[in-house]
Amino acid sequence: MATVVNRATPEVRLWQSKRILTAFNKSVTFLLLLAAALLFLLPLFWMITTSLKPKEQIFAYPLIWLPDPPQWVNYGKALNNPSFKFLLFLQNSLYYAITATIGTVISCSLVAYAFARLRWWGRDVWFAITLSTMMIPGPVVLIPLFLIFKDIGWVGTFKPLIVPAFLGSPFFIFLLRQFFLTIPMDLSDAARIDGASDWGIFWRIILPLTQPALATVALFAFLGCWNDFLGPLIFLNDGDKYTLAVGLAAFRGQYRTQWDLMMAAATVITVPIVVLFFFAQKRFIQGITLTGMKG
Amino acid sequence: MTTTIAEVPAKGTARGPVPRHKRRFSRQQVHENIVGYLFFSPWLLGIIFFNILPILSAVYYSFTQYSVLQPPEWVGLNNYYEMFYVDELFWKAVYNTLYYAIFSVPLGLIFAITLAMLLNYRVWGLAFFRATFFLPSIVPGVAAAVVWAWILNPEYGLVNDLLSRIGIPGPPWLTSEVWSKPAFILMSLWGIGSTAIIFLAALQDIPQHLYEASEIDGANLFHRARYVTIPLLTPAIFFNLIMGVIGALQIFTQVFVISDGGPLWSTLFYVFYLYRQGFQYFNMGYASALSIVLFVITLIFTLILMLTSKRWVYYEGAQPR
Repeated sequence: MATVVNRATPEVRLWQSKRILTAFNKSVTFLLLLAAALLFLLPLFWMITTSLKPKEQIFAYPLIWLPDPPQWVNYGKALNNPSFKFLLFLQNSLYYAITATIGTVISCSLVAYAFARLRWWGRDVWFAITLSTMMIPGPVVLIPLFLIFKDIGWVGTFKPLIVPAFLGSPFFIFLLRQFFLTIPMDLSDAARIDGASDWGIFWRIILPLTQPALATVALFAFLGCWNDFLGPLIFLNDGDKYTLAVGLAAFRGQYRTQWDLMMAAATVITVPIVVLFFFAQKRFIQGITLTGMKG
Repeated sequence: MTTTIAEVPAKGTARGPVPRHKRRFSRQQVHENIVGYLFFSPWLLGIIFFNILPILSAVYYSFTQYSVLQPPEWVGLNNYYEMFYVDELFWKAVYNTLYYAIFSVPLGLIFAITLAMLLNYRVWGLAFFRATFFLPSIVPGVAAAVVWAWILNPEYGLVNDLLSRIGIPGPPWLTSEVWSKPAFILMSLWGIGSTAIIFLAALQDIPQHLYEASEIDGANLFHRARYVTIPLLTPAIFFNLIMGVIGALQIFTQVFVISDGGPLWSTLFYVFYLYRQGFQYFNMGYASALSIVLFVITLIFTLILMLTSKRWVYYEGAQPR
């Protein structure tokens, strides 16, 4: 009976054998995780099924779980609705997200390089200041920024959202700096001995080595812009410039109780992110881990 | 002569050997300073124009009455007086926001750690589980808000339906002033996946030999959790606690999309109130004062957390960051 156990005597019970106990534990854990995973996915499942339900099936009691038949036309109604100009909003979101991401990657890599691999007077003081700016709540700078941008006529354009991206963002600067620190200084020194200029070392030696980290930053910057709400809400007051996020909020303002349309619109904004996630899963997880570990 | 090729220390100061010249910086160092500042310049501009100047402006505007249509008018401490002594909604906003932060952050951390511990068991399908739990945290806030508004619907919502199946009558959630904040707290728990993954990484960093040693000393599951796992998780807990509190104090999107501050101001959270004052009522001066107070509150929380951290956070390395 107890032949498989490593620390057992011949009289040990089945439930005392270590291997059985571990298997039992693992099964219980698996079931718990499965239950939790189903709970987590439930809202998304409900979002999609509601978007496909005919109206009577949405307000039914007891609740109907699966639409019968699925109303794909709801998507047409939502996307063609004059209050939810999907293609226009999509374009705006992409424009904002892509340009801001490019700006972020460029500026943050430059600054992180300065913090990690160059020696200059005041460097560590400025780094400490950088870290403290991460504690400044966004809303505090929002009002003055709005007033300044208003005065120079930038409100109503994408400039207030995009230009700051080209100056850097403390979070990504920090992330990239940690990564840059992992590259041995000998590499830079060797390059310098071989006659490379400061820019050359950065551009041709160090930067190519940091591609994974840059990709991570690009991913998270893109995600941040896609999901950004308060910024676009305040700075883009022209209905034609709304991003998807703001557009959905405005749509909801008008079509509050039309849940089928609401869910269709919500699905449509979420799908690109889910797709992006499935392609870049590893990078997402890596990025989150990096932020947490070095924090 | 000063050595010019020097290692950049991982932490600490950047000073190399002190030159014994009269000049403070050698020509080499001047060059390096210039290069450093050139690379740093974008963010230097960012610090000045998008952090320091706005904060100073906010302080200035907080002492004015500014409706944007007319130039700002100096009113001294009026805004602050009104805020603290006259405006009931201010205190409501503070109460609501603190209520939300105090419940959502610890609950979120507890669930995240529990989830991480379960995931750490090396069960089958780890990649699937990680992805599943992480996904909700990257769903756009507006979309998540809309979905939750629907599933928390008192009559036709999924949550109350599931509750009724296990015999619990579902509360009126967002239509009730008592249950509206718990509804938001519940929503926030949906997004703990990213936190759980951070904890998972931290858990995997705990050296296995500590567990083995404790087992030899007779530790069971609870002992191991209490004396090995939790203490070694405290840096990650600390980080997520601070980030969590700072984020919770700024909750906005869901309020705007779902509840508009109601019912009966029960979900009037601070940043939403600030937004209202500034962008709906055009009280820019008052809104600036509100933002300064938010800044101070955030600072106080952060400082308290940081100062007390020395007592309960255990760092494996020699010194804290």
